[in-house]
Amino acid sequence: MLLLPRMASNLARSLLLLLFAFSICDAVAIPGPISDRHRSAALELFAPHHGSFASLEETYEALRVFEILAVGDKPDVRTTTCPKVLENLGSPTPLKDLFYALKVNGILKCKVNKDVFKDIASKLKATVKDAKTLVDLYYSIGSLVLIKDQASDVDVLLADANGTFQTIKALSQSDGKWRYTDKPESSTYAAAPYCQVNSVKNDILKLFDSIEKYDDGTFYFDEKLVGGHEHQGSISTTSSVVRGVSAFAAVTSGKINLPGDKILGLAKFFLGIGIPGDAKDFFNQIESLALLESNRISIPLVLSLPATVYSLSNKDQIKVRVNTVLGSAAPPLTVKLVRAFSTGAKDSAIIDNKELKYDQNSGHHVLDVLPNKVDVGTYVFVFEMVLHDSDGEKVYATGGQIHVPVYFTGIVKVSNAEIAVLENDLGSVETQKTLDLAGNDIVSLSANHLQKLRLSFRLTTPLGHAFKPHQAFLKLTHEKKYEHIFVVGNAGKKFEIVLDFLGLVEKFYYLSGRYDIELTVGDAVMENSFLRPLGHVELDLPEAPTSKAPRLPPLAVDPYTRYGPKAEITHLFRAPEKRPPTQLSLIFLGLTLLPLIAFLVGLLRLGVNFRNFPSSAVPATYAILFHLGIAAILVLYVLFWLKLDLFTTLKTAALLGVFLLFVGHRILSHLATTSAKLKSA
Amino acid sequence: MARSTSKDAQDLFRALWSAYSATPTNLKIIDLYVMYAVFTALIQVVYMAMVGSFPFNSFLSGVLSCVGTAVLAVCLRIQVNKENKEFKDLAPERAFADFVLCNLVLHLVIMNFLG
Repeated sequence: MLLLPRMASNLARSLLLLLFAFSICDAVAIPGPISDRHRSAALELFAPHHGSFASLEETYEALRVFEILAVGDKPDVRTTTCPKVLENLGSPTPLKDLFYALKVNGILKCKVNKDVFKDIASKLKATVKDAKTLVDLYYSIGSLVLIKDQASDVDVLLADANGTFQTIKALSQSDGKWRYTDKPESSTYAAAPYCQVNSVKNDILKLFDSIEKYDDGTFYFDEKLVGGHEHQGSISTTSSVVRGVSAFAAVTSGKINLPGDKILGLAKFFLGIGIPGDAKDFFNQIESLALLESNRISIPLVLSLPATVYSLSNKDQIKVRVNTVLGSAAPPLTVKLVRAFSTGAKDSAIIDNKELKYDQNSGHHVLDVLPNKVDVGTYVFVFEMVLHDSDGEKVYATGGQIHVPVYFTGIVKVSNAEIAVLENDLGSVETQKTLDLAGNDIVSLSANHLQKLRLSFRLTTPLGHAFKPHQAFLKLTHEKKYEHIFVVGNAGKKFEIVLDFLGLVEKFYYLSGRYDIELTVGDAVMENSFLRPLGHVELDLPEAPTSKAPRLPPLAVDPYTRYGPKAEITHLFRAPEKRPPTQLSLIFLGLTLLPLIAFLVGLLRLGVNFRNFPSSAVPATYAILFHLGIAAILVLYVLFWLKLDLFTTLKTAALLGVFLLFVGHRILSHLATTSAKLKSA
Repeated sequence: MARSTSKDAQDLFRALWSAYSATPTNLKIIDLYVMYAVFTALIQVVYMAMVGSFPFNSFLSGVLSCVGTAVLAVCLRIQVNKENKEFKDLAPERAFADFVLCNLVLHLVIMNFLG
């Protein structure tokens, strides 16, 4: 907004941007109530797959969130979910599934037969009687309560309520799991002796002693204090406490003495989360906020500012909104601005005790006129809500005085800018030029190492006070990209910097030549922050003495290149060997065949024949197998050459070898005996 | 003089040839085989001399395959020859079995070396 137009890539500029971003982030410290952003996030987080959710628990969470947020175009899961609910109710299922099936049914109102409810109720009663764990008890009693809500004529009253209560108490102590805050929602509680309820009440107060606190009055519960076996985040822990306490408050007649600021702190905790990315957290957040909004102890009211950055030049009005946590309208009330002070001067208030006007149309409380004392800068506004209805104090938690940081931005006047080159010894002015920093004046100067460069300007706020921006930098950039940054100091309204080139010769690496001058003046509350080139100065510096010639440092690397592509790595490969032309190789392949042909021709000439081949069947078979075996081994060798590895080859060769040995022995011994017979004959 | 020399040479070869003709046919086959192997090896050597010995292992395995089998064939010939009294008790079939076995082992190594 202020600096963005001329933001570019170099470091100083990105620093400005960062600083600006931080200061703006800081500004939105107060979490607003649930808004439409939550609604769209809910639709994204709870998107059913193919018309249904993965489990009944998820279905319940999604439906409950849609119900609380009153999301209009929610996905229709009724047709797919109702059969699932009926299936879970009709057949024996784990207690947890039954519990969530009943919960989903409570929202969807599927058509369930009365007898089914009766059946489940009797089964659940049996479960309650001999439940061994607290979780079982929780699910079964919870289910009974749900049945009571959905089918009022089914008898869910427990025969031995007192005994059940004792079991719960015993289990909650031995289990070590402080889920007891969930328990009181059982209707059996009505039957429990009043004094015991009172003791639970005390326990709740004790539990709230373990609440944790952030600096800004945000309260939450953490797991280690509530004490459980599985690890759960503080969101789910806090939300289960909220659930339990509000349920307990709903069934007891007595007033629970919880301070309103703790309730408000819990609300702040849930709102401060923003929009969680996890469906479970989202559900916990929304449900807890809904419970906080409708609880009987005290309803938190949230004061939020649509904007905490105001422009003095636009004459913005300060607007305040008061809502409940879910964003619905607050009861009639007046917002009072108790006081407002600058963060620099905490003692002198600029505004004291002023009532904000309520604008019926927009629903905002507006501070219409700002006192003239308001200058650019950071202020803290302290608001207080006063309910018109005096009984409201008991029902609503307003949180007393609320401190809100507010930023006022404005146009800072830049004047009397001039740049001059001075003679060193006398301090007399060599050349002097006035600048209009708001315009596009460019100067071109020249100086040597015996001279000085002076830049001065004045900054005044709209009220004529001195203004010290976050950043006032002068940058000299040599042609070879070497940068030198100087901070421009101030005395009151006057900013001045004198560069004595004699002392800077070494810092400038003895580099003569053209230096570009750039001035940066920036602040988060300064609407006309600027970063502009002032021109250039031609510097004539002496040669570096040879004895200590400074080595030029490497240029700063642009930090963004770290995320860019790396330099390509070129690999060195061995140059391929020279190969003969293909034709020559083919010719020689043919030539190697020639001796083979000659060999065959020679055999024919010799009159070779197969007369010695055995004629009777068995030896002939062996002879053929012998030759086939040799051929097989040769083929195997070729395969070995082409693709097989040595191990496979050796294994196969061993098998073929045994076979070849056998048939070879047979045929050769046969031939030997026949030739021996022939000889002897 | 020159004529008589060439005539003498002719006579000499003729005498050698007629003496060789008396050799049994199976020995002649082995001789032919040895010649075949040696010529194949020679052709490969010529090829190597012409284009260089770049895939040297291939060249070596090609040549050694030929030379090796030629040597084995010569051994076979020695054993099969009836005039060699030393191997009188050795059946030619046994000698042939040795020849086949040695060839198979030789070529396993050759194939491994061929690359």
